Amino acid sequence: MERDQERIRNFCIIAHIDHGKSTLADRLLEITGALSQRQMTEQVLDNMDLERERGITIKLQAVRLEYRARDGREYVLNLIDTPGHVDFTYEVSRSLAACEGAVLVVDSAQGIEAQTLANVYMALDHDLEIIPVINKIDLPAAEPERVRQEIEEVIGLDASDAISASAKTGTGVEDILEQIVHRIPPPQGDEDAPLQALIFDSHYDPYKGVIAYIRVVHGRITKGMQIRMMATGKEFEINEVGVFRPAPVVVDELKPGEVGFLNASMKNVKDTQVGDTVTNAAQPAAAPLPGYRQVKPMVYCGLYPVESAEYEELRDALDKLKLNDASLIYDPETSDALGFGFRCGFLGLLHMEIVQERLEREYGLNLITTAPSVVYRVNTTTGEVIEIDNPNKMPVSGSIESVEEPIVSATVMVPHEFVGAVMELCQDRRGTYKDMVYMGTSRVMLKYELPLSEIIYDFFDHLKSRTRGYASLDYEVAGYRASNLVKMDIMVNGEPMDALSTIVHHEKSYHRGRALVEKLRGLIPRQMFEIPIQAAIGNKIIARENIRARRKDVLAKCYGGDITRKRKLLEKQKEGKKRMKQVGNVEIPQEAFMAVLNIRDE
Amino acid sequence: MPEELLLSTPDLPSSLYIHVPFCVRKCLYCDFISYPYSSDGESEYLAGLEREMALWEKNVAGERWTLSTVFIGGGTPTCLSSGGLGEIITNVERHFNLAPDLEYTVEANPGTVHRAGLEALRRSGVNRLSLGAQACCSNTLRTLGRIHSHQQTVEAVRQAREAGFDNINLDLIFGVPGQTRAGWLGCLEKIIALRPEHISAYGLQLETGTPLCAMVDDGTLQPCDEDLQLDMYYAAIDTLQHAGFEHYEISNFARLGRECRHNLVYWHNGGYLGLGPAAHSRLDMRRLANEERLDNYLAVLAGGSLPIIRCEELSEQNDIFETVFLGLRLSTGLDLDSFRERFGVTLDQVYPELVARLSGANLLEINANHLRLTRRGLAVANTVMAEFVPFTKS
Repeated sequence: MERDQERIRNFCIIAHIDHGKSTLADRLLEITGALSQRQMTEQVLDNMDLERERGITIKLQAVRLEYRARDGREYVLNLIDTPGHVDFTYEVSRSLAACEGAVLVVDSAQGIEAQTLANVYMALDHDLEIIPVINKIDLPAAEPERVRQEIEEVIGLDASDAISASAKTGTGVEDILEQIVHRIPPPQGDEDAPLQALIFDSHYDPYKGVIAYIRVVHGRITKGMQIRMMATGKEFEINEVGVFRPAPVVVDELKPGEVGFLNASMKNVKDTQVGDTVTNAAQPAAAPLPGYRQVKPMVYCGLYPVESAEYEELRDALDKLKLNDASLIYDPETSDALGFGFRCGFLGLLHMEIVQERLEREYGLNLITTAPSVVYRVNTTTGEVIEIDNPNKMPVSGSIESVEEPIVSATVMVPHEFVGAVMELCQDRRGTYKDMVYMGTSRVMLKYELPLSEIIYDFFDHLKSRTRGYASLDYEVAGYRASNLVKMDIMVNGEPMDALSTIVHHEKSYHRGRALVEKLRGLIPRQMFEIPIQAAIGNKIIARENIRARRKDVLAKCYGGDITRKRKLLEKQKEGKKRMKQVGNVEIPQEAFMAVLNIRDE
Repeated sequence: MPEELLLSTPDLPSSLYIHVPFCVRKCLYCDFISYPYSSDGESEYLAGLEREMALWEKNVAGERWTLSTVFIGGGTPTCLSSGGLGEIITNVERHFNLAPDLEYTVEANPGTVHRAGLEALRRSGVNRLSLGAQACCSNTLRTLGRIHSHQQTVEAVRQAREAGFDNINLDLIFGVPGQTRAGWLGCLEKIIALRPEHISAYGLQLETGTPLCAMVDDGTLQPCDEDLQLDMYYAAIDTLQHAGFEHYEISNFARLGRECRHNLVYWHNGGYLGLGPAAHSRLDMRRLANEERLDNYLAVLAGGSLPIIRCEELSEQNDIFETVFLGLRLSTGLDLDSFRERFGVTLDQVYPELVARLSGANLLEINANHLRLTRRGLAVANTVMAEFVPFTKS
């Protein structure tokens, strides 16, 4: 089949979680014959277990579909998947940059959500043609008219020919394909120009090395070509180029407008940074494609093996994860309480949880995670600026001129009856009110500036619970702001526990300190002796609790002759103890190190 | 497998346990194997048990087991028909030699005994009766789901004496939901007044899957406060010692010379043979477990094999560990000389610094070269014992 650019359409699907992106993608694959009905038992695009469990897409994929349109012509449709979480905004922007159009899927019973809005704006910034789809019209609660109006009012898109569809039943899906063909412009690459291909994702394959997912913008890319990564300057010889249909199929070359993959014996995903431009080393392009930047971690935490003997295993596991995740950053660090471990940087909390879970699940490690921290900027009295990703790196108070913290501008969309509850929550989290816009008659868009540290952990959970699940949230980093921040230390049995130190706002420190020691009292099991737990700022104790000594455990029977049962029980008891960290004389369970997260001011 | 395993069993143990898996009604706290009594079930069980004895006898051909302790427990052995229990006792005599100083215990529920049955037991050689009194106060008995009243316990003891039993144990449970300290002390007084030779007093443990545990989980019952249960334990020790009982094991009290010899075999980590569903044996360095369900137990025996479901080859590490935690249950403690004789190493060589650390915390003490729990250590016995779990890299 001919592959001229006129017949290529590159698009992605923008949708809020649960609005039906995966179902629609499955349906598109099915209708275009990329997958048989029989293979459709599971949603294909989300292929990581974790993603499936959480119902969200984390890593991107691309699929090439072949579609015979109503005009009788064959088209190549490249569907580029986008991650659906705020942690991965940069990746989203790179996949949008690889497209000419986007299908905007909105749930006809729910309406537009904040995340969707942010992504649509980003798509509009990239001059993408937007095809609005009102999905789930088979639901009894569907209000397609209201949603159509909302799309027009909130986004400012003409939604008069928005497609009413049900990805579940297949209604309207052909219409979507037709609009993709007729409304999304074909790529406009120059086949004879020097090669410029955009890397929008990569993954590590143990046999082939790194597979880079690319969109060719100009020029051609062929097997055997010596390529150069324009940001890193690294050069490689291409072993294979190919496309996903959805299984990888090797082809001779990829031409302008085409989407596919390349492998070139690259050993590390660092060599294929998302957003970088691939060019022909023999005939390089004058400039890379716009938009590349190095991703910076937003959140840091300490990862420590429960058994210090597992330190090497943890390092190996991180090295392996890093092969597949260029945004993961880690450096060795030492804690008095926890021993040797790593300070790890993540794009956000979800990213952190995913890494943590994979380390435990796939590598069988038993980990202690310290509370996540954002990166603070400390201006010292000597005029230095220090970036701090660990509360323990905070200089002594005498040498601090001021401390700045990262601020985000957040957008919350919510039915109007919950506006009060959301505003209260934002105030509570030291938010600054910015704007409020009514979307139609029933929903409101609120804008706040909030310290990142206040929203990274449980803000979204609280938002959901206070709005009965109706609120949606999006945010972007909006710079740094000076704030009255202090370091709070926790002492257990008189010993400072560096792993429990946090940076808190001064006004909230008493409350936090009290709540944290109470929480720790509940988490640290009673031991053979009394244990005081104290919170301190500098030398000043601001809260104290005591864990009473344990006086008894089970005085049970010996089960007649079943000695094995008794032995197993004792082994289990000992095993439970092993999951705790021995700090000084005190055994501290893993949860205690995360306790600081669950402390809130209500 | 079981057959060859037995042939390599040179040291025949001299203790026998028989599990009777029937009760009139299962108590609400119990997670042992027991079924509601039926006469059909009884006759099938008796036939299976006889076959099991015969198989063991055949497998150690040439030698006779000589038993110095027999313990028929359950379940409720006395819920069997008088003839049924008699048949077990007769079969034991047919298949095993009995030592002259045999301790022969039968467990009984006060609600299932009568004068004639007790006399028959005594005549057939049973010389120790263990009565499950468990509590005295009617509320506590009801919470536990016992089928008898305290009056029936009193009556059972009287009849046992008349039948000639001069060695009676009464089992008690403390820390029952709703039980008070005063109620427990009152109960102890009533039990002491019955002048038993032996008293077992166990803290109630809520076993997962039992109705009592479910009632505590769903809030129907308030569990006993941890500190209160500990108070009750220490109160029992003091009260019973004052009344002339020796506190010879964590949960057991006896008049001088009336310690339960059968249980002492367990605590000294000795060998014993267990028969019946869910019974356990220790033969040399092996621990065996029987099929738990009666139907499986019977089916395997019907096929001509021993109903063994698990056979664990004890590692020396585990043998040492078991010897330590069982020995620590005894008030005299773990005999450190016997330990060295048995294993060829000292306890300190196996667990460097551990004893010193736990002694430093006032949990263990050494007295006349015996290692034992202190009064404080008794309350946290499991924690102390768990310290001796051998280190293994999983």
